[in-house]
Amino acid sequence: MKDKRLSMATEHVIMLIPFLSLFLLFIVIPVLLAVVLSFTDFNLVQFPSFVGLDNYIRMFLDDDVFLTAFKNTLLFALITGPISYIACLFLAWLVNELNPKVRSLFTFCLYVPSMFTGAYTVWAYVFSGDQYGFINNLFIKFGFINEPVQWLSDTAYIMPVIIIIQLWLSLGTAFLSFLAGFQGIDRQQYEAAAIDGISNRFQEFWFITVPNMGPQLLFGAVMQIGASFAAGAVGQQLLISAGTAIDGIATDNAATTIVTHMTDVGTTRMEMGYACAIAVFLFIMMLSFNHVIQAFLKRHSA
Amino acid sequence: MKNFFKAQVGNGVNRSKFGTSMIFLFLIVLSIFMMFPLVYSIMQSLKPYEEIFAFPPRFFVHNPSFDNYRNLFRLADSLFVPFSRYVFNSVSVAVIGTVVYVIIASMASYSLAFGCFKGKNIISDLIVKALLFTSPVTAVAQYLIIAKLHMLNTYFALLLPILAMPFGVFLMRQFLIQMIPVSLIEASRIDGCSEFRLLWSVVIPVVKPAIMTLILFTFQNLWNNTGAGFIYDESHKVLPSVMNELIAGGISRAGEGAAATILLMLPPVIIFFLTQRQVLETMAASGIKE
Repeated sequence: MKDKRLSMATEHVIMLIPFLSLFLLFIVIPVLLAVVLSFTDFNLVQFPSFVGLDNYIRMFLDDDVFLTAFKNTLLFALITGPISYIACLFLAWLVNELNPKVRSLFTFCLYVPSMFTGAYTVWAYVFSGDQYGFINNLFIKFGFINEPVQWLSDTAYIMPVIIIIQLWLSLGTAFLSFLAGFQGIDRQQYEAAAIDGISNRFQEFWFITVPNMGPQLLFGAVMQIGASFAAGAVGQQLLISAGTAIDGIATDNAATTIVTHMTDVGTTRMEMGYACAIAVFLFIMMLSFNHVIQAFLKRHSA
Repeated sequence: MKNFFKAQVGNGVNRSKFGTSMIFLFLIVLSIFMMFPLVYSIMQSLKPYEEIFAFPPRFFVHNPSFDNYRNLFRLADSLFVPFSRYVFNSVSVAVIGTVVYVIIASMASYSLAFGCFKGKNIISDLIVKALLFTSPVTAVAQYLIIAKLHMLNTYFALLLPILAMPFGVFLMRQFLIQMIPVSLIEASRIDGCSEFRLLWSVVIPVVKPAIMTLILFTFQNLWNNTGAGFIYDESHKVLPSVMNELIAGGISRAGEGAAATILLMLPPVIIFFLTQRQVLETMAASGIKE
């Protein structure tokens, strides 16, 4: 019997090894490596030497672009994160209120945009700065504006436009998770609640549905934090395909986020140590937000 | 039509017909907004040159033609490498990668759900935590590792970082725990079933929805991966990066750009359409428990 157990455990380890080795090599080690390199001046050419906290100090004292990127990322995340999170929950709930046939149609219509990674091509056209642009044309026709607005080169509009696009893209995994979670709630709870005096669907949502959704809400938070803090590429490609910025960097860095700045530092300037420090900083931001949100959700769902 | 407005049955509170119709109307309006850019892309891709630059711009296409799609292939033919090579690269990376991920993720999640070895819980916890290790955080160091392993400009650079993602294993492990009673596993073990056999003939048939879900998410990630930073060699590039280059030509290529967008968009959307039911069934297990 003892022999058999041992061989079974060995089998389990063999099953785990292919994935685990990839996972460690390409996900876990990169995070640890980034932390280590963030304390060095590694630049791909010379052997890295230890520079202590220099990279982190440089971010805040000696890199104006980073400060702009930091501000933009925070603004972006604080707007798109909560809105998209609540929208995922609320819309999943609305969809779930309808009968199954209509439900799958709406699920499809709402979820498909999040898969649309090439979206910037069409948005570039919608927000085009000349009078051929769809929005400009529409607004001029209805008399909201007289002159075409430079949506993608006027620094005042770039960020709002990117936020709209990000929100449009954001009904993703969390939305599906919530929708699926609703269907897993025990029907008897609703019946019992109805007897106890719950009288409309909003009360039902607030007192029965949400408290039952703890695990899904935690998962959704992780997904939306990842999406809101990691954003940046969409904006960059939008500007490139609209032709308003060859390298995707808007005037005055109006759309630069931590991610795009990190890419710039890492790939064009090859300052890997500094790029790693930026990545670690981003990671710490995400972890702290995650920590706060998880604590909040746990307290309120318990 | 009467059925259409009927609320979901089985909830405790009676739904007012009025409320349900309002929800229905609201979702119709929202769906139109959400689908608008997609439909607009389709329209643009079918518009002949004159219509794209017609003033005032029109939403609907009057004389639909496939010229943009044809031009896309012709335009791409003038690149260093025939367009078919990019299609081949994209399709093979996405298909092979999806198959490999489903296999290694099934084994790993079975092992983490029902295995008996030390460190099982630590690894499972790490996988949940790693959901936050998003690609921007890992990108720089991933580049260094891939370069060190001499994998730049190979298919491995496109495949391995995505095959390492924890999401699928996380989801499948929870689905397994939820769907398969431990007693079933134990009974099969007493019958002398080897673990590989148990996975193949007892577990896999029960967790088909989870497999469909992994296929959807993995295919989508691989298919949309541009390989930016990892692939410079023209013969190893994939469709999304080639499309980015084509579209960098700006608004003068609006028609071809829209055509390329639609072509890239179709495979994941079709897969979602086919797997939607199973995906929702699986996502019910996505919650993060303490």
